[in-house]
Amino acid sequence: MKKTGKLSVIYLVLVFIILYTPIFYLIYYSFNSGGSMHHFQEFTLDWYEEVFHDTRLFIILLNTLVVALLSSAISTIIGVAGALAITRVRSKRTRNALLTLNNVMIVSPDVIIGASFLILLTAIGVNLGFFSVLISHIAFSVPIVVLMVLPKLEEMSPTLVDAARDLGASSRDVLTKVVIPYISPGIFAGFFMALTYSLDDFAVTFFVTGGGFSTLSVEIYSLARRGISLTINALSTLIFLATLALVIGYYIITKRGSKPSGAEARE
Amino acid sequence: MQAKARNIYLIPYMLWIIMFVIAPIVLIVYYSMYDIDGVWTLANYKRFFTPVYLRMTLRSFWYAILITGVSLIVAYPTAYLLTKTAHKELWLLLIILPSWINLLLKVYAFIGILGLYGPINSFLELVGIGAKQILFTDFSFIFVAVYIFIPYMILPIFNALEELNPSLVAAARDLGASPWATFRRVIFPLTMGGVKSGCRAVFIPALSLFMITRLIAGNRVITLGTAIEQHFLVTQDWGMGSTLAVFLIIVMGLTMFVTESGNRVR
Repeated sequence: MKKTGKLSVIYLVLVFIILYTPIFYLIYYSFNSGGSMHHFQEFTLDWYEEVFHDTRLFIILLNTLVVALLSSAISTIIGVAGALAITRVRSKRTRNALLTLNNVMIVSPDVIIGASFLILLTAIGVNLGFFSVLISHIAFSVPIVVLMVLPKLEEMSPTLVDAARDLGASSRDVLTKVVIPYISPGIFAGFFMALTYSLDDFAVTFFVTGGGFSTLSVEIYSLARRGISLTINALSTLIFLATLALVIGYYIITKRGSKPSGAEARE
Repeated sequence: MQAKARNIYLIPYMLWIIMFVIAPIVLIVYYSMYDIDGVWTLANYKRFFTPVYLRMTLRSFWYAILITGVSLIVAYPTAYLLTKTAHKELWLLLIILPSWINLLLKVYAFIGILGLYGPINSFLELVGIGAKQILFTDFSFIFVAVYIFIPYMILPIFNALEELNPSLVAAARDLGASPWATFRRVIFPLTMGGVKSGCRAVFIPALSLFMITRLIAGNRVITLGTAIEQHFLVTQDWGMGSTLAVFLIIVMGLTMFVTESGNRVR
């Protein structure tokens, strides 16, 4: 057992090194004054300065954030409605059919989603640009929200709703005062997942964006196709830090969110 | 009252399903039957079965199988060893963390690492093998693809191993099974569900990715995804692109069916 222990530690360490090398490699060279991703010359912050002075990049960043926030907010609303609808469907068959349709989007490769949305959006006459990207992001985020909210709804005891009804709550009160607070961790997780999906998406956006509108992923792709530029490194360092902050923030909030609710249940 | 409330929730959701799940698939099938001049024809399908497209499809499958296989071989031991570590939740989080970082940035990093003057080549030169063209080869393509997909393979296998009842393993050992036999006859079959969902999570994207092929493999490797992107955005031949997409949807359906039905039996 001891012998395999040593080997396995080496194996795991190797996997971790390979997983993290590219990320730290990018960060390391973002401080290189040499202008290339080999041969480190001198420490410099020039590339960061360039990122902060690039108004075009700033607009693209704003675009990305606006699309991400708007699309995840709207898809959260549709997704919560969808999850509520699915739990209320009585027949098992319809329910499974709905779930399968929901999952089609999740398993579909990005290329298919992108290509089919391109056809759809041009068929209904949406101009390619901000709106086509926003609509697509809403569309592919909905099923994720449904999947995050559904388990919460299913674990909720139906007696809670019955009790509220018996005590005279209207349908609206039942929804806003009983159901929504109960499933709020799921809603929050869904919103967060939708946000990361939107921020991370490249392929779908690449298909449905016209020439005038660009998000960060698409911009990085077109920069990278032209070759190495250390501005991308600086940008990716900033994105890495933002991602890290987002993930840590998410864990803190979900931890904090789950604790009081547990305490409440015990009272 | 209740029936009415149900309808209200169903409306936005059904609208979404019809608009963005059903309509796109119908439109793809519809477009696949028109050629580049907008004439109704089945020529696209005929073209699909010509050697050029068939060879491309087979190669794409071959790459996807290789990527899935290599991912599985690397991911299974990793997942297994992770379940044995103390603080396994933390380690798992660290495995997943890179997958939160924008895919393009990771791919971009490899352009530097595998480049002609990158650290890998410096190392090869140091050892005495000499610098080699690594970027724009099949090897670099598969390596980077495995790197990108590996967290999606590790996660389901890790979960399956966590669900495995350890007393079953202990029982097998008590009854005299060697470690290898225990793994082959007990652990692996019982975690098959995780392996299958991992393979599904890797195989379908591996068939259809296109930015990795463009950035890492130059234009040497053409997958189904690359071909679809090319037809839609470069040559504007939406008909042929849709035909390839129809084929990809069929493959996706089959993969889902195979991996799902296996799970149900268990």
